[in-house]
Amino acid sequence: MSAPENALLPLRFEGIGFEQGGETLLEDINFSIEAGAISVILGPNGAGKTLLLRIANGLLAPTSGRVRWATTVATARAASALVFQRPVLLRRSARANVDFPSRVRGIGRRERERRTARALAGTQLTELAARPARRLSVGEQQRLALARAWALEPRLLFLDEPAAALDPAAGRLLENAIETLRDEGGVKIVMTTHDLAQARRLAGEVLFLHRGRLLEQSAATEFFARPQSAVAREFLKGVALI
Amino acid sequence: MTRRLARAARALAGCALFALLVLLALLALPLAAGEAERPFLLLASTTSTRDSGLLAELTKRFEAESGIAVRVLATGTGRALEHGRRGDVDALLVHDQESELAFVAEGHGLFRCEVMYNDFVLLGPSLDPAEVFALASVTLALRRIAERGARFLSRGDDSGTHKAERRLWRAARLDPRAERDRWYLESGNGMGATLNMASELDAYLLADRGTWLSHKRRGQMALLVEGDPLLHNPYGVLALNPARHPQAKLALARRFSRWLLSPEGQATIKNFERDGQPLFFPVAKQVQQSCPPGR
Amino acid sequence: MGDIIEAFSTALGLILHGDPTLLEIVALSLRVSGAALALSVALGLPLGAGLGIARFPGRNILSALLNTCMGLPPVVAGLMVYLLLGRSGPLGALHWLFTPAAMILAQTLLVTPIVAALTRQVIEDLWEEYAEQLRSFGIGVWRAIPTLLYEGRFTLATVVLAAFGRAISEVGAVIVVGGNIAHHTRVMTTAIALETSRGDFALALGLGMLLLGFAVLINGGVEVLRAGMRRVGA
Repeated sequence: MSAPENALLPLRFEGIGFEQGGETLLEDINFSIEAGAISVILGPNGAGKTLLLRIANGLLAPTSGRVRWATTVATARAASALVFQRPVLLRRSARANVDFPSRVRGIGRRERERRTARALAGTQLTELAARPARRLSVGEQQRLALARAWALEPRLLFLDEPAAALDPAAGRLLENAIETLRDEGGVKIVMTTHDLAQARRLAGEVLFLHRGRLLEQSAATEFFARPQSAVAREFLKGVALI
Repeated sequence: MTRRLARAARALAGCALFALLVLLALLALPLAAGEAERPFLLLASTTSTRDSGLLAELTKRFEAESGIAVRVLATGTGRALEHGRRGDVDALLVHDQESELAFVAEGHGLFRCEVMYNDFVLLGPSLDPAEVFALASVTLALRRIAERGARFLSRGDDSGTHKAERRLWRAARLDPRAERDRWYLESGNGMGATLNMASELDAYLLADRGTWLSHKRRGQMALLVEGDPLLHNPYGVLALNPARHPQAKLALARRFSRWLLSPEGQATIKNFERDGQPLFFPVAKQVQQSCPPGR
Repeated sequence: MGDIIEAFSTALGLILHGDPTLLEIVALSLRVSGAALALSVALGLPLGAGLGIARFPGRNILSALLNTCMGLPPVVAGLMVYLLLGRSGPLGALHWLFTPAAMILAQTLLVTPIVAALTRQVIEDLWEEYAEQLRSFGIGVWRAIPTLLYEGRFTLATVVLAAFGRAISEVGAVIVVGGNIAHHTRVMTTAIALETSRGDFALALGLGMLLLGFAVLINGGVEVLRAGMRRVGA
């Protein structure tokens, strides 16, 4: 797959560290994310995956090191979006939820309607559009959060454990939506997961994170065939890691 | 461009909603205050004159004749005088001669004219445990109540009736407030409310005849002692002294006072009856002709 | 027992025949409490929302103060307004004492802390839930206020209804600053107090029944809102 153009990328982490209450949660993280296939940040629970996403999105400032974009930080933030592991949906209809962030950003009504319709269709939520968002099932809510980010037409989308709370069927639906978004929208997707099977299905490249350190970054086929670190080998074998 | 416009429009809509609420409330304020277009007199008076209905009759006739509305603030005599001292009213119609004269002497009142009188009566449970029925002397009756420790309910609110009751106890050479927690109780309420309480508590009490006659729920209460000269209850009208209270509407107060003492005012008082009984008696002929003084 | 039945039937008659005195009193009650509510909402909602979101030194003290004011006894509120509006008071020149305006002011003083304190609580909870999500949309603190007010609309409407209930049913403040003047400042509660003291229980009961009717309407409104909340999954 040839890499499409993306003005935001590469996104580079340069010596990123994060400490909280005397505890080091992330240590000397260095990597570069390029345009193209889905980047999956993989690792056991508590590895620091969510923290990494938040720092990338600008919700948290690192205690050391810096995040570099190919463009200005403001442009990058405006053109990227983050879907939380537990998204907070507004107490409105599904459609109004998708519409909301674009409206806040001052996008015109006709354009918003077009985007909302597209995002709802892409996540197979068109029929549920009038339903109150908080009355949807967990899987539907997760897809709605994805649609909401989609409607912003970001160039870069961060997904934090998008399928963590879902049963396999709902998880598959969500993965379908993610793939649709990647293929149709040409959006660069960076996601975290601790689910190996999901990573195998979606990842173009893998960043393996363990105890706040980045142990490897390699193409997915490479990683799953020949993991370089001992910890990753254990992880792939399904041994519980702490 | 359109984005900025849309954002501005939304901000504007929010501000407009806020402004609308404030406007709505502010509109109600002057609307509420602005009814003061017509001249009106603020008269502090007592619950006894209001509860009997006399004041409504007097103010209705006065308003019909003069076009001046009278807004009546009915409290106890003590509080009415306090409203006067603070300059919050224009005139007073109260019943405690002693404190009325003091009010004028202090320079708060310009004049005091006696308008009418009625009398106090001693009420109590019809079973009359202290056996005071038909005694000619109210002080004797009070002594009996104290001796037997029969329950007595005082207004305890510094009203004219309360002050009169205190005077009567003094005349009987007793200080019932030493018995406060036993048989002597204080309601701290208006005349009507105290009557209701006394009826429920089977207590004796002092009341003005007007309130007693017009009270709708007498229950087991009965009129036990009346007619003692000590029970005389004169009412006076007072205007605020412009030297102390320049905002008070002296002209209106004078006009109202003059009307009360006019033949028509006095006839209204005389003809006001409840159950065929007059409640108040005019006094104009007995007082000096020069009341109210000045023009 | 006969007493009660008689009072009830007379009261019902007064209501059903639209007794003019009764209607006048009810209309004034609604006007005074409605205006006080409008003022309280205009002041209390933004104040409470700001306090729920903003972080500044002394914020906790301010919140505690507001919560305390929620319990402000009506008579005390009345006394404060009385001292303010009396002819010798700082606002005496307005000549508002013993007018409906004074009553509106007193009820506003009484109800604004309720609206503000409850709004603060609602908005603070919502902010806790929404802060990060809204920040990820690039929404700043001030832009968040209208969003959160809208998100809390059902709860806040309940707050507003409760505030109205408090305003229309209080007697202590309006009797002190209004003076219960016939045809001028006599509202439902002061009229009930008066008629009770006069032993005329029928009119008192009639007004009481109407007041209860309002309470029923208000609670009905709250129930409708609850249903609305359940519908959107709030």
